[in-house]
Amino acid sequence: MRIYVCVKHVPDTAANIKIVGEAGYDTKVKYVANPYDEYGVEEAISLVAKAGEGEVIAVCVGSTGAANTLRAVMAMGVNRSILVKTDEQFLSSEFTAKILGRAIEKDGRPDLVFTGKQSVDSEGMQTPYLLGAQLGFPVVTGIMDFKLEDAKAIAQLELGGGVREVLEVKTPCIIGATKGLNEPRYPKLPDILKAKKKEIRQIAIEDLGLDRTDLCKLKKLDPVKERSSARILEGSTDEIVASLVKILKEEEKVI
Amino acid sequence: MAKIGVLIETAENAVKETILGVITTAAKGGDVVAFLLDEKADTYKESLESYGVKELVSVSSQGVELAKQPEGAAKALADGVKTLGVTALLGVSSPKGNDLLARTAVELKAPLALDCVDLNFTDKTVKKSHFSGKAIATMEMTAEPFVCGIRPNSFEPEKQPAVCSIIDHAVAVENCDGVIVKSVEAASGKKDLTEANVIITGGRPMASGENFQILEECAQYLDAVVGASRAAVDAGYVPHSMQVGQTGKIVSPRLYIGCGLSGSVQHFAGMKTSNVIVAINTDKDAPIFTKSDYGIIGDLFEVVPAFTRELKKQELRASFITNHKPRA
Repeated sequence: MRIYVCVKHVPDTAANIKIVGEAGYDTKVKYVANPYDEYGVEEAISLVAKAGEGEVIAVCVGSTGAANTLRAVMAMGVNRSILVKTDEQFLSSEFTAKILGRAIEKDGRPDLVFTGKQSVDSEGMQTPYLLGAQLGFPVVTGIMDFKLEDAKAIAQLELGGGVREVLEVKTPCIIGATKGLNEPRYPKLPDILKAKKKEIRQIAIEDLGLDRTDLCKLKKLDPVKERSSARILEGSTDEIVASLVKILKEEEKVI
Repeated sequence: MAKIGVLIETAENAVKETILGVITTAAKGGDVVAFLLDEKADTYKESLESYGVKELVSVSSQGVELAKQPEGAAKALADGVKTLGVTALLGVSSPKGNDLLARTAVELKAPLALDCVDLNFTDKTVKKSHFSGKAIATMEMTAEPFVCGIRPNSFEPEKQPAVCSIIDHAVAVENCDGVIVKSVEAASGKKDLTEANVIITGGRPMASGENFQILEECAQYLDAVVGASRAAVDAGYVPHSMQVGQTGKIVSPRLYIGCGLSGSVQHFAGMKTSNVIVAINTDKDAPIFTKSDYGIIGDLFEVVPAFTRELKKQELRASFITNHKPRA
């Protein structure tokens, strides 16, 4: 069994983001593997372990620094990695999907491809679909439960209000992972050391021979204004709740 | 005049409330063409035309149950978009909406942006979150038609009566069985967090699943939906479907009441676009107080039941007044 997992190298969600220029940001922050992709990594590793044979290959489109993120997922159990190098954090989703698709095709034939349901930096939510079109595979995303059955898979997603939809998917397919699918493991020290010796094959985008297309262009980034400190309501509990109800009804008109 | 398409979502034989604001926004860009993937156009016509829908396209495919074949539904919808000549297709960024919009955009090779909080038809730009709500990106859609999912509750619906005609659009779709919907678990009857106008959320101090009952009681008087922080979900008090934040639901209600929340960056990423945020916490130094509109320093187990009692009292008073109007 050969499973590919697409991993994005993203700023930690706890990092402070400082916007620089029109659409840039201060990149001197801590980077991590995109949290949703980690669910894909964990699922791929468990599936190969269960099958008793096969390999898991991480594919990343990112900067040289992304090698650290790839080491981290290899410490979790990914066998080897492919890094397609770019200095742009925000390549369009179409171009990213083209690159991922071509890099996978050049490497081998996948039985499954995992991605996260979205990245936590550009939050595009569409790369799994575009990658599916690129590889000619069916796509399911937002998946929180996954099982393989012969030439198909059974996947579940949440529609809202706790309602779940059960999907049958032909394999090979693209699976966009989300929370609930599993608990990503924390690597142990020997695994971290072993990961240092695993292969990261680096490829230049130009070597993939692709035409660049950007249907959606990032024009500008603006920081979101945070609220200033809360107006603290004071008094006895009864006084506080009475004034809260009054404020919500009469001033804010939200209830 | 340009035509703007809107993908309609329905529940229990009614148009979902979250779609109405999307229609209002679409009307700013041109005549609104509503796309419906079932054959009950007559049921929805009246409510859609009261919000300005001019054409209601009922998309179907002989022998294919579109609701069970998302790939086929996208092909049929893409065909409708091309045939009707709409310059944009909008929908609501719900799980179903996002899925169908994304598949349709791929079919059309069209620019796609999901979870948008603003939209400008003149310069074809949208605004959407980047970095988990820490930044807002302006994205340019470089071609038409483009496809756009709108975050629920981003726009207020406005009535705008129109006369609407129904168009049947049958499309032959084949080889669309890569993904099949096998079953949908019976509806819980609960409104989804993303569709709620008021949300009351409990954090780790809730201490147990049973204690969430005090939030449920309060929610009854606010027509609210109860949510939870990641800490409360990870502790096993309530299911993940109730989680608000980075790895849970992204919500944008009119009123958000956080009970016993610390106010982590990841939690705010999921609810900072709420209109009014009220925080209840025993710790006066909790970060949530620096990012909310109103703060109550107190124990949620005292404050929430008192708040519920106050709401109940007011409701009784209101119903007393309506029931005892002096005779004219």
